[in-house]
Amino acid sequence: MKTFTFFGALTAAGLAAGVVQAATLDDVRARGNLSCGISTGLAGFSAPDANGVWQGFDVAVCRAVAAAVLGDPMAVTFVPTTGQTRFTALSSGEIDLLARNTTWTFSRDVDLKFTFAGINYYDGQGFMVSRELGVSSARELDGATICIQTGTTTELNLADYFRANNMSYEPVPIETNAEAQQQYLAGACDVYTTDASGLASTRATFADPENHILLPEIISKEPLGPLVRHGDDEWADIVKWTLYALIAAEEYGITSQNIDELARGTDNPEINRLLGVEGGLGQMFRLENDWARRAISAGGNYGEIFSSTIGESTPIGLARGLNAQWTQGGLLYAMPFR
Amino acid sequence: MSDTHAETVAFVRDTMLPPEPPPVTEIGAVRWVRENLFSGWLNVLLTLGAVYVIVWLLAHIGPWLLNSVWNAGSLAECRQILDGATGACFAVIRDRGQQLLYGFYPANLYWRPNLALLLMVVALAPLLFPRVPRRVLWFSAVYPAVAYWLLWGGSVWFPVSVLLGFPAGYLAWRVMRPAGAILSGIVAVLVPLLWWAVVAGPLAGLLQSIVPLGLRPVRSDQFGGFMLSIIIGVTGIALSLPLGIVLALGRRSDMFLIKTLSVGFIEFIRGVPLITLLFTASLLLNYFLPPGTNFDIILRVIIMVTLFAAAYMAEVIRGGLAALPRGQYEAADALGLDYWKAQRLVIMPQALKVSIPGIVNTFIGLFKDTTLVVFIGLLDPIGLSNSIRADTNWNGIYWELFIFIGLLFFIFCFGMSRYSQHLERRLKTDHH
Repeated sequence: MKTFTFFGALTAAGLAAGVVQAATLDDVRARGNLSCGISTGLAGFSAPDANGVWQGFDVAVCRAVAAAVLGDPMAVTFVPTTGQTRFTALSSGEIDLLARNTTWTFSRDVDLKFTFAGINYYDGQGFMVSRELGVSSARELDGATICIQTGTTTELNLADYFRANNMSYEPVPIETNAEAQQQYLAGACDVYTTDASGLASTRATFADPENHILLPEIISKEPLGPLVRHGDDEWADIVKWTLYALIAAEEYGITSQNIDELARGTDNPEINRLLGVEGGLGQMFRLENDWARRAISAGGNYGEIFSSTIGESTPIGLARGLNAQWTQGGLLYAMPFR
Repeated sequence: MSDTHAETVAFVRDTMLPPEPPPVTEIGAVRWVRENLFSGWLNVLLTLGAVYVIVWLLAHIGPWLLNSVWNAGSLAECRQILDGATGACFAVIRDRGQQLLYGFYPANLYWRPNLALLLMVVALAPLLFPRVPRRVLWFSAVYPAVAYWLLWGGSVWFPVSVLLGFPAGYLAWRVMRPAGAILSGIVAVLVPLLWWAVVAGPLAGLLQSIVPLGLRPVRSDQFGGFMLSIIIGVTGIALSLPLGIVLALGRRSDMFLIKTLSVGFIEFIRGVPLITLLFTASLLLNYFLPPGTNFDIILRVIIMVTLFAAAYMAEVIRGGLAALPRGQYEAADALGLDYWKAQRLVIMPQALKVSIPGIVNTFIGLFKDTTLVVFIGLLDPIGLSNSIRADTNWNGIYWELFIFIGLLFFIFCFGMSRYSQHLERRLKTDHH
């Protein structure tokens, strides 16, 4: 009987611990910093600079959330994760948020029990070939040798695409992007395929980028976004609306330069609600009302982050493309702040 | 009559000829070359082939190395300086070398890992070289706590109160000794464990509140680079040897329980790849531990690496034990030595000496295996090379980073290998 009571108490304690853990916001506040899972290194998206400070497009999401929740964009513990460890790190509670160029797929959302908090980059799989090959379309790649990273969705996409178009290819399996660059430049394969953003940044590092072309075909949808655990909707909302705040800020013309001025009050009620001048939106998910202002001040609005990390002024040189505002013909569409 | 001979013999030498130098083909470099490189048609062919390969390699790598650029801010700048010529861009080492060595450890605190490394040499000296005074061994005993404090920082009282667990155990053993060997042994193990679980934490807090003394704390996620490899490697090496000895003895023990446990442990660990254990440390343990526990990832990895190396070490040492003739055991028994004394004075010194090549082999393997932590997202030199390439300045750089990392590992592993050869010569007791 005594043992039974003991185990009963233990179970109750375990359940209580589970409940306590569910409020990620309280955990983050108690800890004083946000634990954010990132890639161990992907050009433009996350990389440590010479001083060991993480920089990049994905990193900026972590910093914005930390600024919104804790008021300090530097209050982030970055946990570098690999393709294998990222999901376990999130579901075991080691990290609060995963911002690691992760494609939003059905099975990851449903089966792995994660909640995607939106999309910060619309990517797609493309092909890079040497100009000498004289190819101008992916349809002409029949019989080509193709460098491809093993164990990724790109491998499956490639197989699907070639089968659908009745073509054959010879895969050259490689492990990392760096290895792929070496193999491709050494002529071990005619074609290198991975996400278009990765191809662009890879080509930018070549000694002769003008001799390599990206083919126009994009053969897959790769919507990349930050994700959190299932079951803590409040936390998912915070991440989701922080991302929307960055996107909306660009739409409404709020930049890191004019934000302090706009936060004194404007004629536009939407901007006023977003920056916490009126409406009291922040309190609805237990943050201060100026949460969005702090998030935007951390690294600027979505457009500013994009152009400083992966945009056309950087060596990576990505065009906005699908990642433009909906008003500019892109897919970015922040829900109304009301 | 003296000219009788003159009629039969035309010439008689009456002085000795001065010794002639040996023919030029039989001395020095020419002889060496003839004997070693061109002693037969097969060797001539092999020599010519080898010379061709060497020249070919030098012709390709030589210009690349000679043209190295050491001063540039990015790969693009390197290429601009080289202006189309082939050349290495070692500027990345200049820019990121500190990161490859220390990870993200704060730059103004580099003196702490440096000092820890220096003190490690001091602590190892009495173990490695017999001429160093024995008293230094006391420092070796407290060195792990000193190194922990230097590297991670924080209150000095935490490592001190953890260290105090050992004298506490010894004291308990002294007090309980009249009550019998088994009971005092159990108490000597239990008391330190209780001390660490219950007393050490609050005591450290109390002492810190009375005399606040500490270094700036550095979080584990700021550890990286070669420093991380050395921390994991050295700790694993230092702990796996004693653990391996215990396991080897356990496997040869007559006691059923101890033997079964040792065999089970060794066979299980040897049957599982290291990478699996690392994934267990990084992923699986998180599910088992209560939510919110922050069990340091580096500590988890060190434990797994140590267990892994200990299993291999146990088998190496068991090989040494098996090599000893039975007479050595019987001689120890005949002298009236008990089990531990026999092991300490007769068996182990010989068994370990026999096992030196195997032990060092395991050490070197363990040290190189530390690079596997890259797969669980720890930034050891290999992991950092990936991160450095992700910086747009250095994206596309490849061999330069690996050459630097390879060189660092070579220095360590070659050093270990040379020391083991020195040790074998020193301990050689058979006279030929």
